[in-house]
Amino acid sequence: MSIVADTTGRLLRSRLAGALASPHGVDTYLQLLDPMLAAHDVRARVVDVTRETTGTGSAPVATLTLQPTRTWRGHRAGQHVLVGVDLPGSAKRHTRAFTISSAGSQPGECFTLTVRAHEEGQVSKFLVREARPGQLLHLSQAQGEFTLNESPATPTNNHLLFITGGSGITPAMSMLRTLLRDGYDGHAGRKVTFLHYARSPEDQIFAEELAAIAAADNGVEVHLRHGDQTFSEFELRRLVPHFRDTDTWLCGPPGLVELVRAAYGDSEGARRRLRMEFFKPAVARAASDGEPAGGEVSFTRSGRTGTNGGTSLLEQAEELGLNPESGCRMGICFSCTARKTAGTTRDVLTGEESSLPDEDIRICVSQPVGECHIDL
Amino acid sequence: MSQTTTDQTPTAATYHGLTEEQLDSFGAEMDAIRQRVLADLGDADRDYLMRVLKWQRGLEITGRALFYLPPAWPIAVGALSVAKILDNMEIGHNVMHGQYDWMGDPALNSRMFEWDNVCPSDQWKYSHNYIHHTFTNVLGKDRDIGYGILRMDEDQAWHPYYLGNPLYAFLLMVFFEWGVALHDLEVENIVNGTRKLEDNKALHAGIMRKVRKQALKDYVLFPLLTGPFFPLTFLGNATANLIRNVWAFNIIFCGHFPAGVESFTEDEIVDENGDEARGKWYLRQLLGSANITGGPLFHIMSGNLSHQIEHHLFPDLPARRYPEVAGEVREICERYGLQYNTGPLRKQLGSVFAKICRLALPDRTPSGRDGDRAGRVTQDALAA
Repeated sequence: MSIVADTTGRLLRSRLAGALASPHGVDTYLQLLDPMLAAHDVRARVVDVTRETTGTGSAPVATLTLQPTRTWRGHRAGQHVLVGVDLPGSAKRHTRAFTISSAGSQPGECFTLTVRAHEEGQVSKFLVREARPGQLLHLSQAQGEFTLNESPATPTNNHLLFITGGSGITPAMSMLRTLLRDGYDGHAGRKVTFLHYARSPEDQIFAEELAAIAAADNGVEVHLRHGDQTFSEFELRRLVPHFRDTDTWLCGPPGLVELVRAAYGDSEGARRRLRMEFFKPAVARAASDGEPAGGEVSFTRSGRTGTNGGTSLLEQAEELGLNPESGCRMGICFSCTARKTAGTTRDVLTGEESSLPDEDIRICVSQPVGECHIDL
Repeated sequence: MSQTTTDQTPTAATYHGLTEEQLDSFGAEMDAIRQRVLADLGDADRDYLMRVLKWQRGLEITGRALFYLPPAWPIAVGALSVAKILDNMEIGHNVMHGQYDWMGDPALNSRMFEWDNVCPSDQWKYSHNYIHHTFTNVLGKDRDIGYGILRMDEDQAWHPYYLGNPLYAFLLMVFFEWGVALHDLEVENIVNGTRKLEDNKALHAGIMRKVRKQALKDYVLFPLLTGPFFPLTFLGNATANLIRNVWAFNIIFCGHFPAGVESFTEDEIVDENGDEARGKWYLRQLLGSANITGGPLFHIMSGNLSHQIEHHLFPDLPARRYPEVAGEVREICERYGLQYNTGPLRKQLGSVFAKICRLALPDRTPSGRDGDRAGRVTQDALAA
């Protein structure tokens, strides 16, 4: 079976198949037969949905188990994946990044996403509340360098430290699960310290599993902090006296990241030990409707920033000396399409405002509303 | 010169029979149509495109497969021709206009899509989406007027070269996809010295890459795969490409060149700041385009460019919406006394070919622009 499947896969990925299917690609034809057939694209079916927190009043969290197509190349613990969801009714596909919560996967192997349903997050809300087994998702390959570069296959005596807050627990959980799955038992003199901050006990996900890990004889220490217990350098020093010389993975909201980074200081050695992954910083919106000016407009790729003058993004980019591709300057030719990574923009033709992250906009007919980040 | 005004005061300055206020309200009515359709985009539009795509892929596979069955050769060619026409017109042209970018599907995004045509999509998008749709029918700016080969407007000065107008048109029709592929090279501007040969260097690689891919599959790989039927498959693929070329040429020429379609000069469209008012832009799109009447299947096969007027007014709205807004656009035009150029295919075709032949010869009157244009529009509207 698998030999036949492998040969078919190789044939479908061959240059001949590509040339025959040109210019549309093999996948556009395969997709019509079965959405789970692919030569290059990655898609997945939801095969299980498990509720993680039952806390009332807080954003619910669910874990989705995904069966990817054979094109999935696997992932290293700590990586994330872009998930495209066709939201019913709108016919729009929204794409968001989610960290993989399960242990590192092999090509074609199932993995899990653990998602918190944010009130303003259309995609996360849909995945947690409405996605059912059978739901088709569009995926990227796994990506990101915030990974576990430590494995039982290359043992060291390093002490490993994970500091996480809120949803930042998912990559650390993936790493911890990988270690334990691969036989990391703490008996080689190595220790793992897992320090996590959650809003409340009701918001604490993976609580049972973490309790079981803590209770087992495996050299893993788990410290869960809830509510008002914010990070302090004093406490960290008590838990891990030589934290600045300890391999550390840090992931959480900007506040936590700032505090931890300050604790590690600026020395070269400490900076090498501390690996970080940020959540996208929230961007402030303008104070009132109909008042587009104010705030800062950042063209992130070129590193140019200016005060939002209320004109179109194209004009503001040009005022800052950038020369982005553009054409008609009236919204019809799509030459100037660029990616807004954060912030709110208003379409000057329709007056419609959008705060969606990672959205392609035509900068000649888009005004920033308050602070705004454009990938230009 | 007779200025046949309808309901304005004779002293008001008018543009194509409309006062400035009328132009503004005309523009606002067009904006309102666009807005309403934009707000209504959803599953039906996505489902429609997916349905056309499935038909296109299905017909393509059927056509390619039937070449193994030589008696079915005409059916194979027919299926492949229809597939290529759908690919270029209802899918490719419209997707590359960004009409479906809002769906967020990378496979149907204007930046990613590549069509079954020798013209590379990025070069086409520049000359078509930007140049042609921004400067529609502005002489000297819109290079789609005659594609730099033909004389398609009275205001293009006559030259003995244009005696070959009908022949050039015929050749352009037969080799249409090649004409479009070479369009961006602006050969005529190189001949007349306004463009340097080096300016084209960057374009050559893209064209060659696309030409190689298209030729490889249609003229080498698929024919080879049918073994002994190689010549038949080769000929079938060439015929399908030819049929697509002839069809696309005719639909596109009927959209811009029948009698009554207006052209413009740079000076007349812009105000003292160099800007063109929105109403004026809409008016130019309307007067520079022509529709073809027909049934639903005809509209699909023409990529809804049978609604060229609506396409030029709203180039970024999904083309399947053009028939539903056409009635409203026409009603608005009647209210403003503006010509809405439409007619059956044979009438528009006849008109286009008459123009191609007429303009091959020098003008009988000294200039085509001597009649009062506003008066001409109003009279045409009254006659309609």
